[in-house]
This record gives sequence, C-alpha cells and structure tokens, in this order.
Amino acid sequence: MPLDRAGFTDQPIRVDLQVIADMIQPGSRVLDIGCGDGALLDYLVNFKQVDGRGIELSQKGVNACVGHGLSVIQGDADTDLKDYPSGAFDYAVLSQTLQATRDPRMVLEQLVRIGRRAVVSFPNFGCWKVRVHLMRWGTMPVTMALPEKWYATPNIHLCTILDFVELCRELDIFIERGMVFMAGGRVRPIHSKRVANFTGEQGLFLLQRRTK
Amino acid sequence: MSAVLKMPPSARANLPGHRVLLGTERKLRLDCGLDLGPFALAYQTYGRLNAAKTNCILVCHALTGDQFVAEEHPVTGKAGWWATMVGPGRPLDTNKYFILCANVLSGCMGTAGPMEIDPATGRPYGLNFPVITVADMVRSQKMLIDHLGIRKLFCATGGSMGGMQALQWASSYPDNVSCVVPIASAARHSAQNIAFHEVGRQAIMADPDWCGGDYLSQGKRPHRGLAVARMAAHITYLSEAALHRKFGRALQDRANVTYGFDADFQVESYLRYQGSTFVDRFDANSYLYITRAMDYFDLAAEHGGVLANAFKDTKVRFCLVSFTSDWLFPTKESRAIVHALNAAMANVSFVEIETDKGHDAFLLDEPELDKVLTGFLDGCAEHAGLNDRKA
Repeated sequence: MPLDRAGFTDQPIRVDLQVIADMIQPGSRVLDIGCGDGALLDYLVNFKQVDGRGIELSQKGVNACVGHGLSVIQGDADTDLKDYPSGAFDYAVLSQTLQATRDPRMVLEQLVRIGRRAVVSFPNFGCWKVRVHLMRWGTMPVTMALPEKWYATPNIHLCTILDFVELCRELDIFIERGMVFMAGGRVRPIHSKRVANFTGEQGLFLLQRRTK
Repeated sequence: MSAVLKMPPSARANLPGHRVLLGTERKLRLDCGLDLGPFALAYQTYGRLNAAKTNCILVCHALTGDQFVAEEHPVTGKAGWWATMVGPGRPLDTNKYFILCANVLSGCMGTAGPMEIDPATGRPYGLNFPVITVADMVRSQKMLIDHLGIRKLFCATGGSMGGMQALQWASSYPDNVSCVVPIASAARHSAQNIAFHEVGRQAIMADPDWCGGDYLSQGKRPHRGLAVARMAAHITYLSEAALHRKFGRALQDRANVTYGFDADFQVESYLRYQGSTFVDRFDANSYLYITRAMDYFDLAAEHGGVLANAFKDTKVRFCLVSFTSDWLFPTKESRAIVHALNAAMANVSFVEIETDKGHDAFLLDEPELDKVLTGFLDGCAEHAGLNDRKA
C-alpha cells in the first residue's frame, strides 16, 4: 500500500501525467519543472521510487508540495535552471509549462543540458479545433487544452507541433519519442508530423541532446 | 532593574535546565586563534531522547534569544520564544522529537560569555572574552551533542542567526545532521545588516556607563545605550506595513501632540518599552559579541568564495523558508542559498511565505510555516527511518 503522503493516493493522476510517468525508469533522478501541486512528483516518488525534485512558480503549489514532504523549491524555469550541473538528472520534466516561459528556446536547451533526457508536453496550437475556432469566429481560441481567454492566459509562447519539431532540429535535439493527446484523452504515437499537428490537442516528447 | 544580570554567575547556574562544563580535556580552538576551555554551556531540552538517540532536533536561537524555547522564561515570565513551534502536537513535536537548545557562546544565560568571571583575574571577562564566530557556536554545540552521546542530529533549525548556525551545521558537520531548516536567514551578513549592528554597538559604547566594557566590575550598566540599540534593531525586525497596521499615527494616551519630546506617538512608547524591558534580560557586552559573530558570518568566504563548495556532495536535506516582508533577511538571500544548493545537487526545498510581519514572522504564529515545517520533517523522518524505529 503506498503511503498517503501527498493526499493523492487512490486517486488516479491526470491522463497526461500518467503517460509521462510511464516514460520514466524506476529509481531515476527526476526534476519536475512547474510541478504544480506535486501530483506527478508524488506519484513518481511513491510508485517509481524516484529521487524527485520540483520547481514551482506559485507559492500555493510549493507550500502544498513541501507540506506533503516533497522536495520542491519556489522558482522559475526561466531563471532557476542554469544553476544545476549538466547531467544532474536522468529526466527533466516540463509538463504544460514551456508555452508559459519567457524564453522557451533557452529553457529547452537547459532541459536537455541538466537532464540526460527531457520530457516536454505542451498544448498544440496547430490542432484542428484551434484552426476551426479561429476560422469560424476570428477570435483567440478557447479549447479544453487552452481554457483561458487571451487576456487571462499565462501562455505567452504558444506553438504548434511543427514549430516545436523545427526548434528541436535547430537546437540539435534528438526526438526519441513523440506522442499526441487527442480529444477524450486518447494517446497516439506520432507517425506523421503533419497529421499529428492537425489532430493532436497536446504534444508530448521525449528528448535528448545529440552527443557530438 | 535587571533580575538575571544582578545574579552572580553561581546563581545563573541555578537557572532552569542544564549547564555542562565542556572543553575540560580538549579545549575549543576558536576562529580567532585562541583556545577556550573549560567553558560552561547552558542548555534546555524538551521531549525524550529515544534509545537509539536519533530523534534530536537542535534548535539554534537568534541574536537575543536563549535556551528557554518553550517554557515560561525564568527572567521575564513570558512564554518561550518558540512556544508556538515546540510542544506536543506542534511542528517540533515533543511527543516525537527530543528538542535541544543551548545558549550560544558569548551569550548571557549561563553559557560562557563576557559577563562570566575570568578565572585569571577573578573579575568579569568584559572585553577580554575572545571574539566568537557562528562556526565557534556550532563547534560548541557539536561538543554538547558528543557529551550527550548523540552521534547524529535529526535536524538543526532556527531563524535569523539560528538559521546561520543551521547552515553552518550542514557545512561543518554534514555527517552529523540529517536535515536543516534555516528560516529567514542568509549565508552571509549583508553590508546593510552590518551597518545596523554597528549603530547598535555604537549606542552601547557611547553610554558612559559602558565604562569601556568594564561596567560589571564598576557596578554600572549601560542601560540607555543597550535600550537604544534594541529600539533601532527592533524596527528592522518589523515591516513598514506591520508598524502601520499596529500603530499608524495613533497618539499615546493623549488627544493632541504636546509640542515636546515626550512619547506622543504610540510607536514611540512601544519602542521605549521594548528597549526598557530588553535591558532587564540582556547583557550589553553579549550584545556586542553576538552581533559581531553575525557580522563575520560568510559561509562562501570559507570555501573560496563559492557557496556551493560549502555543501559539496552533501547528503543533508535542506528546507529554506523566507518571508515576503522581511527586509532584513530578504527572500533573495534564501534564494542565493537555494541556487548554491542546486549547483551542489543537494536535496532542497524552499518556500517563501506571504506575510506583512517582517523578519519577526518566524517567531509569530504563521500557520503556513507550521504546515511546511511539519510536512518537511515528516518526509525527512520517514527517509531517516525514524518512524519505523519509533513504531
């Protein structure tokens, strides 16, 4: 019986977090950037025996995590990644946060530097629902993956799956695996970038820095 | 007039708690190069040490604190300075942990300091007492736990200067402490903080009753200087918002200003009260020594100017806490420590707590602080196998 440390036990974690958790080898070192209330971290610590650390921007999230015994610091993906030594973690996880950073390019470079692997997920602005919304209404899309109005959203650097793949190519980052989340939480591996870019609500990638 | 300060050292030995003579066989080599010993260390404990001696939390007190953490203070009659934090069912739970707190070296509550009698002269040390550093304080605490047969502390914690000691513990004795919780603290004293301390020291030394530090032999006390030092320092412990919330521009027992220099405003009256009660329980020379110890504190300097080197390959778990309105030890000081710990790959948690209570917030009832501390200690206790051993 897992310990009821963060009060998440017996509650399944969000589907996208579960998919990320399934990617992570038991017993590894994980840094979860933008760990929120610590749901993923808690799951990894309890079910996968990882040495888990977290960074979270919101004071409320941090206090909840630390109050539940998780090792989490109040911090920011834009400013607090540079201190970690290279290869410090087996995985650096950035779930649904890249689009809210000031400098996503630098953040991505830092992720593959400090993590031997990086796991990145983000809402896909190329999804057909977004395109239809914009085409039909001419206003900024509000969807399940992008629930806030334009003036209230923390997402300042939205991108499509094609944009992301292109940035990885520019930064010489190797995409080990790519997946998309469809409506209703179904997960599909990416075979065709263009199809994934049209159908996926969220993209999820396992990345590595190319060794030269 | 002062109660404790009038007591001869022998009577201070009768304060509640314990007093041990350390450094009898091997003296304590101080940072200043002198050897101290034998010397007295006064300490107090709460809760019970388990059979394996693995449940000890060392509480390190701040500049004007002492070992009476969680009981009625023997001099002032007030509640212990961390009574909100230490006790049954509280974050530092005495049902679970053994709480230990020692009066720091150069303090004035029974530990060796400038008001003790110098065996060489038969008179109080005064300024002949050696200058102490935070690392010296921690060395003496290490001698104390050795004396108590405790190989490894479960935790070292404290606010302000107490946090400096906790950090020093992690740096000096990483194998002898499982986790540390420095609260509202810093890895070095800032120029501004040294400046504030210098104001306090100058106020004491400008008092003619200070007598060049020899006031005890001459039957005098620099109460005015010490009170001013306390008043100035007290302002730095609060925030502008807290002062305004408490006092605003309210007048003290009068309808109008008096066009004089009486304490017209409530805030003046409050500060005067703070100053006058402080001199009853604190020694002016101790104030000089302990402020100096804080000024000298710079953990990075001991490690080639790189703070991360102070924590290289550390297994110690850290939880740092800062308060939004603390301008004496602002959040950026804690964050600098967090960055160094990240570079050292240490296991670190860091929370900033929203409050308008300023630096003093660590002494006051902050439910968020309680929650964080309880959770962190629970997690560490589990990791250290403390829960299994208890069960």
